[in-house]
Amino acid sequence: MTIAENSISNLSKVIPHEHKEHTPWWEYFTFSTDHKVIGIQYLVTTFAFYLLGGALASLIRAELATPDSDLIPPEWYNGSFTMHGTIMIFLWIVPALAGGFGNYLVPLMIGARDMAFPFLNALAFWLIIPGGLLLISSFFVGPASTGWTAYPPLSILTEQHTGQALWIFSLIILGTSSILGAVNFIVTIWSMRTKGMGLFDMPLFCWAMLATSVLVLVATPVLAGALILLAFDLLAGTSFFNPTGGGNPIVYQHLFWFYSHPAVYVMILPVFGIISEVIPPHARKPIFGYKAIAYSSMMICVLGLIVWAHHMFTSDTPDWLRIFFMIGTLLVAVPTGIKVFSWLATLWGGKLRLQSPLLFAMGFIGMFVIGGLSGVMLGSVPIDIHVHDTYFVVGHFHYVLFGGAVFGIYAGIYHWFPKMTGRMLNETWGKIHFALTLVGFNLCFFPMHILGLQGMPRRVAQYDPQFTQINLICSIGAFILAISTIPFLVNVVYSWLKGPKAPSNPWKALTLEWTTDSPPIPHNWRGTPPLYTHPYDYGTVDYAKLEQLLADHGASTVKH
Amino acid sequence: MKRQTLLSLLVLIGLVVAASFWYSQNHGLLPTAASEEAVLYDRLFSAVIGIAFGLFLIVEGMLVYCLFRFRKRQHDEEDGAPWHENIRLEMIWTAIPTVIVMWVALYSFDVYSAMRGTDALMMAHHMHHHPKSVLVAQAEGAMPAIPHSEKVTIGVQAMQFAWIFNYPNGVTSGELHVPVNKHIHLDLSAVDVLHAFWVPQLRLKQDTVPGTPTHLDFYPTRIGEYPVVCAELCGSYHGGMRTTMVVESEEDYQKWLNEQLEVAQGKDLPKVAVAKMTESEYLMGKVGHHH
Repeated sequence: MTIAENSISNLSKVIPHEHKEHTPWWEYFTFSTDHKVIGIQYLVTTFAFYLLGGALASLIRAELATPDSDLIPPEWYNGSFTMHGTIMIFLWIVPALAGGFGNYLVPLMIGARDMAFPFLNALAFWLIIPGGLLLISSFFVGPASTGWTAYPPLSILTEQHTGQALWIFSLIILGTSSILGAVNFIVTIWSMRTKGMGLFDMPLFCWAMLATSVLVLVATPVLAGALILLAFDLLAGTSFFNPTGGGNPIVYQHLFWFYSHPAVYVMILPVFGIISEVIPPHARKPIFGYKAIAYSSMMICVLGLIVWAHHMFTSDTPDWLRIFFMIGTLLVAVPTGIKVFSWLATLWGGKLRLQSPLLFAMGFIGMFVIGGLSGVMLGSVPIDIHVHDTYFVVGHFHYVLFGGAVFGIYAGIYHWFPKMTGRMLNETWGKIHFALTLVGFNLCFFPMHILGLQGMPRRVAQYDPQFTQINLICSIGAFILAISTIPFLVNVVYSWLKGPKAPSNPWKALTLEWTTDSPPIPHNWRGTPPLYTHPYDYGTVDYAKLEQLLADHGASTVKH
Repeated sequence: MKRQTLLSLLVLIGLVVAASFWYSQNHGLLPTAASEEAVLYDRLFSAVIGIAFGLFLIVEGMLVYCLFRFRKRQHDEEDGAPWHENIRLEMIWTAIPTVIVMWVALYSFDVYSAMRGTDALMMAHHMHHHPKSVLVAQAEGAMPAIPHSEKVTIGVQAMQFAWIFNYPNGVTSGELHVPVNKHIHLDLSAVDVLHAFWVPQLRLKQDTVPGTPTHLDFYPTRIGEYPVVCAELCGSYHGGMRTTMVVESEEDYQKWLNEQLEVAQGKDLPKVAVAKMTESEYLMGKVGHHH
């Protein structure tokens, strides 16, 4: 445990206010090395970007409410969906999950005082700010408008030269942040677990973060390399990907998807982890099939690395490669199915406390399954050839990334908000938020499958008038979805300031983060972390005895 | 009691299977099938959407059932039963999806091979598994590939933001005309950036790549007009990069070709005399407008 000891001694040097019982508010605006401060910095910052990305989505849906390109100029439209996708992926889902939940929860769940490299951790967060500002600054010069995929030659010949360059540099910075975070998670999880906690005693969220971090570490450098070459083509006139100079644009697609398909798992594996944490305490049952869920995360991690070319079935990909990537892609359904069935088995026979965290978690299962099933369809080469680059794909990945990732993030926020802020959220507004989100989401994204199958390509500002009605339904759904954010925001802001005080363990949950104060003190526990149960011992724990043990241990100031 | 549970489970499974089968035959999600490939595609799609619909019913049904059956009752502060695992159950829900996706992979491979029937790489497999094509091959004197002369080859050039079609007799047009019930072979190229040739009614799509020729083969079976859509983001007016594919009888096709030739050679319309230009001259002029 030398790393743990080192980081504790580091901490006493770095954090000037370690004697304080509670983190002062202004520390959230500083280069703090406290993993909990950094986690909340990530969550709040990325949520702001989410609102910006959502505003762009509303603009896109407003344009698509009619078949003509009549609301904004076409290059603005292309800029809007490019920035929408880029912001949602690189400034919301990826950093909110790993940076936000990962940072806040992993040390608390494994009984560590902080991450292995606290300074690196703070640095990773503070790269998000310049990376994000750089990206947003491109609105003033004409933003990148070649899609979040930035395929050459279009991205080299684009008229939004400066915007494209800013986009590249921003992504390199954000990717660097992501890599730094991944190193930190792997070392922390591997070597800083509290005494008595083996790998298979960890909460499943930590397994998910381990798998995620391996993917980030293997795949992100490849994207960085591709983007640097693209920058040379764009700015220095080289021809790595430019066919007029002998380059090959398909090579870029391989490099891009070698990162960007695993990126989908980077955006969903931590959510799987969140769901595995949220369901058991709210269903009052142990997670079903712990080992199967842990192993399936690692299996998705491995398979996730060998499926990238399923994004290129209509590119100039050789037939044998298409078949290879089809089989790999379809196999991903197996470990994913194991998780879904395990969650259902966890719910089965439980005593479901149907409050916002569990509602969003169950909503996640219901929506993610639709994205998974359309994913299996897309994995089939011939089926994909027809619907590739159509609204079917747009529907599919929003079921995975909104119905999956964002529903999961909301489940996580409702579940851990009391721990993070020491305040309870309002349950009624939580339910209203859930209902509006569920209705708006399905209205917006389900009809898109039909659009794609019927013949509407994606990334178009104008479309065949026969699709007007369905598009209008999608747009109405999008506006409901936009409005659904308001009750959430009001609830969070009001509750954070004036909500009822949260006890240290409002859900009677068994993972370690609930054994300390809400919010936790700077070094997480007084004395050693009190590890008295496995994370999912529901149904067998004697709660009175556990409370006595925890009270005697004295890790928290609050009486249990 | 136990027998009753088993019975109701069997009835439920029967209902799910029946509903899935019905949905697979009546989903109505796809546009007209205008080619042989589209018919093959629709068969595969029906099977897969049926399976997906069944799994959808099972998972959503279980979720909704849990929502009502297992919600916490008032004053019940107990935990649920401490079930941690059940190896047999877990084996089942690992094995069944594995079998399903492998079957989807095999069937997809089969259909893909059949759709690309003229592709030499896949020909052996194609003949093995599709008695119909074996018959065709025998009728043609055991020739494995369709003789080149029987194919109608059309050049397709994609550019921001238009399609240009080059016909065997030298005619160039912005519209794609093909004869029905003939093997059509498209030689695709791109002038500037990536584009993708897509006709939803053919269920086929192929990217066009500057510097790398690509190809697409199909066998149109239904006379009519269908949209040609660019499916790869190619710039500001990507959504407007559309034209029409006309599938017509051999006579109409020949008539149209001759008309086009006359128009192109007509003295009164020198500006449309594209056939007199070389291809690159024509394209240079065309591209020049956009830069």
